[in-house]
Amino acid sequence: MEMLAYLIPISLCLGGLGLAAFFWSLKDRQYDDPKGDAERILSTEWDDQPRP
Amino acid sequence: MDVPSASACPACLAAPSAERIAVAAAPRDARLFLSLPTAHCAVCISDVERALAAEPGVRTARVNLTLKRVAVEADPEVTAEQLVVVLDRIGYEAHELDPGTLMVTETDRRGRDLLMRIGVSGFAMMNVMLLSVAVWSGAEDATRDLFHWISAAIALPTVVFAGQPFFSSAWTALKAGRLGMDVPISLALILASAISVYETMHSGHHAYFDAAVMLSFFLLVGRYLDYRTRAVARSAAEELAALEVPRAVVLRDGAEVTVPVAEIAVDDLVLVRPGARMPVDGTVTHGTSEVDRSFLTGESLPAWAGIGSVVLAGEVNLTGPLTVQVTAAGRDTSLHRMADLVAMAESARNRYTSLADRAARLYSPGVHILAFGSFLGWMQITGGDVRVALNIAAAVLIITCPCALGLAVPAVVTAASGKLFRKGLLIKDSTALERLAEIDTVVFDKTGTLTMGAPEPVNLADLPDAAVEVAAALAGASSHPLARALAEAARAAGIRPATVTDLREVPGYGIEGQWRGQVVRLGRAIWVGAEAGSITATHLKIGTAAPLSVAFADRLRPGAAEAVAAFQKQGKAVHLISGDVAGAVGDLAGRLGIEHWQAEALPADKVALIAELAAQGRKVLMVGDGLNDTAALAAAHASISPASALDAARAASDIVLLGTDLSPVAEAVRVAVKARRRIKENFAISLLYNVVAVPIAIAGFATPLAAALAMSLSSITVSVNALRLK
Repeated sequence: MEMLAYLIPISLCLGGLGLAAFFWSLKDRQYDDPKGDAERILSTEWDDQPRP
Repeated sequence: MDVPSASACPACLAAPSAERIAVAAAPRDARLFLSLPTAHCAVCISDVERALAAEPGVRTARVNLTLKRVAVEADPEVTAEQLVVVLDRIGYEAHELDPGTLMVTETDRRGRDLLMRIGVSGFAMMNVMLLSVAVWSGAEDATRDLFHWISAAIALPTVVFAGQPFFSSAWTALKAGRLGMDVPISLALILASAISVYETMHSGHHAYFDAAVMLSFFLLVGRYLDYRTRAVARSAAEELAALEVPRAVVLRDGAEVTVPVAEIAVDDLVLVRPGARMPVDGTVTHGTSEVDRSFLTGESLPAWAGIGSVVLAGEVNLTGPLTVQVTAAGRDTSLHRMADLVAMAESARNRYTSLADRAARLYSPGVHILAFGSFLGWMQITGGDVRVALNIAAAVLIITCPCALGLAVPAVVTAASGKLFRKGLLIKDSTALERLAEIDTVVFDKTGTLTMGAPEPVNLADLPDAAVEVAAALAGASSHPLARALAEAARAAGIRPATVTDLREVPGYGIEGQWRGQVVRLGRAIWVGAEAGSITATHLKIGTAAPLSVAFADRLRPGAAEAVAAFQKQGKAVHLISGDVAGAVGDLAGRLGIEHWQAEALPADKVALIAELAAQGRKVLMVGDGLNDTAALAAAHASISPASALDAARAASDIVLLGTDLSPVAEAVRVAVKARRRIKENFAISLLYNVVAVPIAIAGFATPLAAALAMSLSSITVSVNALRLK
């Protein structure tokens, strides 16, 4: 049962991390153009280095 | 502050107004938006972005494929026209969008706000559920209490944050003395949380934290779907409006200056080039031409305009350049006054109560009475045990809470709007589908709706070949719509134009030339000495011979015949009403098999027809595009206008047809009827679930596990039912 003392905080932290990532993606306007992003992944442009 | 200041005195640093003015006056970087209707793939994105980035002065270009739009940041001297040409060269159709009109869509703050709340309640739901499952599968004593406390720590802040949309709208409803859907929702959220905290403090067995967060999660999803449908429609509608960039050429001290329409004042001289729309009301002071009034009156025949003629905003100048002295601009133009009429008619339609509102009206008081009744009942039975009675009342509120009801309408409307959007129909109003499903009569406008507003010669085969050859040659030299249509038809029929020399266009009248030593003329009836008929025609005179007439009919819009046939097959009464002359209207009605038709109708006549049909208890769908239809569009039970319609007409209608094809209109009614059936099924599902679950809750047998199961099951059932929409 002592395991719970570790496991519950760990599970909450992991969940919180996911939530933080969601917040960041939302603030970063990553949901503004879902259709374009789905197509952009097919383009070979910027495959070697990120867009400046 | 080490930055060199624009103002010299140090004291001015405290009030840096001079600096701010200097910044505002500096030429700002251009932020341009172009609409890309044909972009659809990865190649389009990189093509467009590369071409624009290669243009000098352009800093960044980013395509948004969802909105079919490209945003460009560039140096101030770069203009949108320049970029349109660049894209045209690589084969992409592009149109300038007015950034001022678009900015409203940019601030999609509400949508992101809702998404954030959904994220938080989703996170909380998963974690609390994890702990709740442990409790349900048998955690006891200290472990159970610990789990309840942790759940409380997660759930309480979540309910406070995620529940805000419900709390605030419930508060507004209560202040106005109404019981909306949000009042029982808020009550359930608050009561469930409060009871659970109390139970946890006293080591109780049941806590409803999971129910509270799950409730807010599902309801927020419904709220978001609802918002999304409306936002998509609104941004597309705004884009249509933004396509008309309001600019005009004004003559100031003899020089031509391009200014925004908003800056035009009365008595300014405005130059209107052929093909342009009049930006203002005014009187012609220079030039002769013909103007197309079909948007305002529905007349398909262009009217002559010369010095002293009165022209109105919205009319299209056809042949010669006109200089117009402004008599009314902006809000005072007849165009805008017409739009005001519409606003009045619209408020009448807002009285329509949607199915969801009607359901909420029955539901809210019912739920409160049930919960309060069970509280009183259990107080009686247990002899005043407030804890048990409150627990059961909370269970009743949670079980009856409209998870399924909150999703029942938005899920179906989202599915139906998405489906219709792919077919080229844009649903602008949230109750449009429900109203569309009820219609039994369809009223069509003629010019620009059933027809393209583009003429087509009909009697070329009856004329002598030589005459047609001469007419084709004359027509080829003009940009008048009738001449263009004639030249095009001749080309399509393989007619070689005759050699006509000394071609000369007389603005407002026609074209003149020399053929085999004879003077030949093509143009208005009076000019060539012909008799003016009731149908649209142009007249040809060769030398001294009797003039010949080339008759025109308006080209049918693609899909118009199919749409009319489909409505008649569905058993709906079809009417045609137009401001055009009887000959043209009757001819079209005959071609399409429409029995009821009315010609030379004024805007007021159109409204009167709609009112008369409504008085007979009929639900009318109005399909129209002109300014003369606007009031009728607003007065009808439901309305559709094509994307080519005037801004005011589009604003007045519930649904905008994005393509040129009219056939999806009948399809829209079919989908709307189906959608209404699905909504009613969804209501039936949530009712059935309540009928089963509520007695259990009132009897006191409901556990948090049962509540969680019932709630998620019913929500998933209604969502899946909505997706069945074909």
